[in-house]
Amino acid sequence: MIKVTSGLGAGLTRRGALRVGGALAGATALAGVPGYRAWGSDAPIRIGLQVHRTGIGAAYGRWYESTSSAAVAHINANGGIGGRPIEMIVEDDATDPKRGAEVVEKFASEHKVDVVFGTLFSHVVIGSAPRAGELKMPYFVVSEGYHVASGALNRYVFQPGITDVRQQVTSMAPWITGNLGKKIAMIFPDYAFGYDHRDFFSAAAGKLGGEITTLLAIPPTETSYTKFFPQIPAGTEVIYHVMVGPGVLTFVKELGEFFGAGGPKLFGFIDSLEAVDLASPGLEYLEGSHIWEAMPRFADGQPTESALAYREKVGVDANGASVADPKDIATFSHMFGCWETLHVIKAAVEASGYQGADDTAKLIEAVEAMTEFPESLDHPQGRKTFNGKLHQCFGQQFISQVEGGRLKVVHTTAIEDGLYEPEADYTTQAL
Amino acid sequence: MTAARRALPALVLAGLFALQFVLGDYDHTNMARILVLACFAVGYNIAFGMTGLLSLGHAMFFAAGLYGAGFSAELGGVAPPAALAAGTACGLVLALAVGLVALRTSGVAFMIVTLMFAQACFLTILHFNELTRGDEGFVIAETARRFALAGVVLDAADPTVRYNAALALFALAYGAYLALARSRVGRVLVGIRENEDRVRMLGYDPYRYRLFALTLSGALAGLAGAAYALLFAYVGATFATTQYSIYPLLWVLLGGAGTALGPLVGTGVMFVLVDRLSGITSSYLMLVGLALILLVVLFPKGILGTVGQRRARNRS
Repeated sequence: MIKVTSGLGAGLTRRGALRVGGALAGATALAGVPGYRAWGSDAPIRIGLQVHRTGIGAAYGRWYESTSSAAVAHINANGGIGGRPIEMIVEDDATDPKRGAEVVEKFASEHKVDVVFGTLFSHVVIGSAPRAGELKMPYFVVSEGYHVASGALNRYVFQPGITDVRQQVTSMAPWITGNLGKKIAMIFPDYAFGYDHRDFFSAAAGKLGGEITTLLAIPPTETSYTKFFPQIPAGTEVIYHVMVGPGVLTFVKELGEFFGAGGPKLFGFIDSLEAVDLASPGLEYLEGSHIWEAMPRFADGQPTESALAYREKVGVDANGASVADPKDIATFSHMFGCWETLHVIKAAVEASGYQGADDTAKLIEAVEAMTEFPESLDHPQGRKTFNGKLHQCFGQQFISQVEGGRLKVVHTTAIEDGLYEPEADYTTQAL
Repeated sequence: MTAARRALPALVLAGLFALQFVLGDYDHTNMARILVLACFAVGYNIAFGMTGLLSLGHAMFFAAGLYGAGFSAELGGVAPPAALAAGTACGLVLALAVGLVALRTSGVAFMIVTLMFAQACFLTILHFNELTRGDEGFVIAETARRFALAGVVLDAADPTVRYNAALALFALAYGAYLALARSRVGRVLVGIRENEDRVRMLGYDPYRYRLFALTLSGALAGLAGAAYALLFAYVGATFATTQYSIYPLLWVLLGGAGTALGPLVGTGVMFVLVDRLSGITSSYLMLVGLALILLVVLFPKGILGTVGQRRARNRS
């Protein structure tokens, strides 16, 4: 556990640390100024960041932690939450569901935090969520999984800062079938994340007249992929690929060697390439292909005032790398979720008048009452709507094309493109 | 056996019972988790510490219990006690089936075969994702974890119920180990560990005894897995990975292989090491590794194994 009351995180640069320190000094100074405290207690709001510092999620976790630290520094420098500074406490869950549940318990029972947030990997979310519910601990995940909106979790679990995989693929299906082709082969990892893509994209493409020519589930232990490619039928126009993990580079290289220049068009997901330099050897075959992004890695893809200001505050340059190290590529399409989630927590605490654990029910109801997050520095990825019954936000998606080792945004979906029939209503559960 | 030694199990269990009244909320839940995982370690100790079967696949028995109880409670609507029994039976049956094949090998080959079986189980869980939800896993609903016992409604989410259920299961596993260790069968198992040829020469069939030990070991691992699912409400493929086959080996080695309380001590020490060191530095795994090396150097037979050895040496 590391306390980050100063906003310093493991992923921050020295310069960033100075900035954060300065901001915090300002916040501390402000705390002594009459009027800084808006109402009630001026004790810090204690927020637990459940982060993947070790294990398979570590590359994401590092950026989740530094983004969260930057968000805490930004909020504290601007008056905190209802006049109370945020004290962020960080615990590593080792990207493990058992440890994840233990970390939630530690936050609730030992650190006595007000809320927990930041979990990414689905299995850790699902392993931790029951304990959050039992402990009546508000638990804000930044996971992309459909597990929240599916109704499988409980009333204390929210995902207000990042969209889920179902709306992502549903919203992009019209563009894919309309621009790349209707005969689509899907290649996905043979586990739950891949199955969500398989099920939701197949359904969405089918409604649009698309035809799934083959479904190739790649076992997670696989290290060579060429043997799968002959199963892709002739006449396939698009290969939809969602490979993740260290095998991605091999996968793309073998894909290129197998199909050469005349193969089907490619559509992939940035999940495969988060924290990976697009100019890496072996990725040349991606040139001209299309990739989903939740938030454009390159600044010219979303040159809005709020997106550029956010980029500066989290220490990411115009190419999606750390300002301190151009080789350190950010997980830009995911980390904004931490920033936005912290701002949702701020808004909910202020709206509910939350003072302490006794007000948890009011806090939960305040989040459920939210309906829209306008685009702003609080929500730099773009405007979102929020379904309080599903505990899930809905937002825009970006489709980019690889050009010269860079990503150029060619299409932005509308929120309405990703809406689906709700399957849950958490508000019916008792608090 | 001295009177103190005879009274030790009762004292240990009484101490564990009393512990719940002094522990804080966080440590209270942790202790319940340690007791459940210690059941798993006790099971492993019967195979490894007592019989000398170095398995690298015990995660499959734990996962069998986890899924057996999870499916029974969540999909079958079975009450938690019956789900616990179903999970235990799954661990037992799988261990028997694996043992019938794997025990035709020994030594390194046995390690590899159990590792392969466990990997096959893990991939099977992923393959039947529609049912198992694969790596993501699934949650057991609160309503499926409530049950009535003697007219009293008990909820597995209640901390007191969870602690005492975990303690009861640990007492069962601990008692089973002690009873076995003091029985004729237990002495044959130790004999197989020490000198299998001599045991065979005495007229015993080592294969049958090893099969019995592995099956009992798998049943206890299944019991632990089932208890984990019901008490902590989560079922997922992570618990079938190799990591969860290595953990019981580590806990038993750390606490003392072939000692009755070693698995509990090893599980507890390892848990506290990870939990507390992660509060000091983000490089806690390096410190855990260093601490384990130190423990192995200072306690080559595990903590209780080495303490027992030194006491025996002092007496002689």
